[in-house]
Amino acid sequence: MHLGVSESMRECEYSQISTRSSTPMETPYKKKTPKRRKWESFPGRNKFYCDGRIMMAKQTGVFYLTLVLILATCGLFFTFDCPFLALQLTPIIPVIGGVLFLFVLGSLLRTSFSDPGVLPRATPDEAADLERQIDVANGSTGYRPPPRTKEVVINGQTVKLKYCFTCKIFRPPRASHCSLCDNCVERFDHHCPWVGNCVGRRNYRFFYMFILSLSFLTIFIFAFVITHIILRSHHSGFLNALKDSPASVLEVVVCFFSVWSIVGLSGFHTYLISSNQTTNEDIKGSWSSKRGKDNYNPYSYGNIFTNCCAALCGPLPPSLIDRRGFIQSDAPQMAPPTNGITMYGATQSQQSHMAATTPLLQQQTSEPVILTASPENGILSGRTALSLGGPCTSLPLGQPTPPTSTPSLSCHEVVDMLPIHTHTHSHAHTHPHPHNHTHPLQDPMAHHHFLTPEEVPSPPGMLPCGSPMGHSPTVQAGFYNPASQDSLHEDSVRGLVKLSSV
Amino acid sequence: MWFHNLQELRHSASLANKVFIQRDYSEGTTCKFQTKFPSELETRIERSLFEDTVKTLNNYYAEAEKIGGQSYLEGCLACATAYLIFLCMETRYEKVLKKIAKYIQEQNEKIYAPRGLLITDPIERGMRVIEISIYEDRGSSGSSSSSSSVSGSTTR
Repeated sequence: MHLGVSESMRECEYSQISTRSSTPMETPYKKKTPKRRKWESFPGRNKFYCDGRIMMAKQTGVFYLTLVLILATCGLFFTFDCPFLALQLTPIIPVIGGVLFLFVLGSLLRTSFSDPGVLPRATPDEAADLERQIDVANGSTGYRPPPRTKEVVINGQTVKLKYCFTCKIFRPPRASHCSLCDNCVERFDHHCPWVGNCVGRRNYRFFYMFILSLSFLTIFIFAFVITHIILRSHHSGFLNALKDSPASVLEVVVCFFSVWSIVGLSGFHTYLISSNQTTNEDIKGSWSSKRGKDNYNPYSYGNIFTNCCAALCGPLPPSLIDRRGFIQSDAPQMAPPTNGITMYGATQSQQSHMAATTPLLQQQTSEPVILTASPENGILSGRTALSLGGPCTSLPLGQPTPPTSTPSLSCHEVVDMLPIHTHTHSHAHTHPHPHNHTHPLQDPMAHHHFLTPEEVPSPPGMLPCGSPMGHSPTVQAGFYNPASQDSLHEDSVRGLVKLSSV
Repeated sequence: MWFHNLQELRHSASLANKVFIQRDYSEGTTCKFQTKFPSELETRIERSLFEDTVKTLNNYYAEAEKIGGQSYLEGCLACATAYLIFLCMETRYEKVLKKIAKYIQEQNEKIYAPRGLLITDPIERGMRVIEISIYEDRGSSGSSSSSSSVSGSTTR
């Protein structure tokens, strides 16, 4: 969390008002002075390797586990079973195995290392413009917080667009904010710890190809290892066969349990692709007919074939975050209007997070934070549904549920829970798997965490509370600079103004 | 008040305001921008010119995201070569983005800069908005638009 703060601060340092800037069209491709690349000050919680070419989530432990399992099982197969099978049956078997293995590895790496479709955060000017529009729409009456949703009609279906407090944008339809990576991702499917990355618009097809090819690979290995043992036991008896080739036992065990989970997952995703839904939407039942007679999926093309082709063979959009581009002093920014601060102070619910840090302001936090709690009831039911149903159920990981179950939770309480929140976050993926399965090897590639990764909608304080946490001591002690371009400082400043206006 | 090129615009004008053209999601998640004419530009540019620009951009994006024979072919070919083909070849989307960048540059030079406006390529704003910067001439005593009067005075 703190890292995210310092990074966003660093990013802001680079956008200076410059009277002699280059045109925004040209990006400097030649390094004249050592310039930093954009990935170095990326505000999300991602890890970058190879000078920005590779992008992964913060927690990658499970990804290495996946890699080790695949490599180990295939390694054993090629070393112990293939020589026998190639001689006894046909040498095509190791060839096919090899091709499948390379395909699996390629698609896994591609899924893990690519940008899932992260939406860059709003520039300060954009955010200010949006705030202005929201305030105008509401009339800035008193302390009533503005509703942070926008409705849009897509192909005849009404869809609600939510405002993301972290990224300061209205999320496009089907986008969602991943709380683990702290990014909004387009066409968000889910965050997959096995792959060490989010699965979104840009890497969904690779993810699907990975699980599909892995299903074939596990079935292939399973079948041929069994064949190997059977053939050997014709020669020398069953027990001797097992003794001669002990690796086969391990492979059979791994593959047996993988087959059920991976094949199930492939089937589930095949269904999702054919109906053009994301895991997120399916779990929440966004387009299910149970919600209403007129509820249908506006994104579906109507027929299965077109849906599949669109998802798998459609054009691949480019990465929007330009991680290897150089940070340049931006085009001149507008000075934030000084009259805006008091205006923001009146309606801002975001500043309540600042208020939360001082006990003095506790009485203020009670009203504004409740916000759009009611429309989120759908989310609540969606979250509880998370623990049921679906071929691959996720754990109802504690972290999003406590705040949403009490929508009237005011921000200071949320802030208290925040250390727990982040704590469970970091542990959520490293230990639940042994808990989930009695045998860690049973479901090696099994359960995906279908986190409905929306930042907690009703207490907006969840994430905004988190980010300025490290900030608050300095700001409270510190200076009031209305012309500062640091948006976090602006939030804090608004909070101070609100304090003074009470 | 008339600028002959973009550099001149930068050097002699101060940024007064920015207008953001938001996305139009009425047809789904495909990239399309609203063609509604913003009020801040009323005094600066003709409505038809603005609408033409946005409509052309929308057409370009539709072309980039079109799902049809060519995109399937590209997708299947890429899959068959394990996506290594993109080391030598550009995706269709990237090709269209280059065309868009050139188009925006041309529009800026011919139409927008002479009116003290500048369009930022949406790709630099995460395809969320078309950002149009409105410049005020530093030299002239200049009538500022009402919304920019406060910021205008603070920058001076």
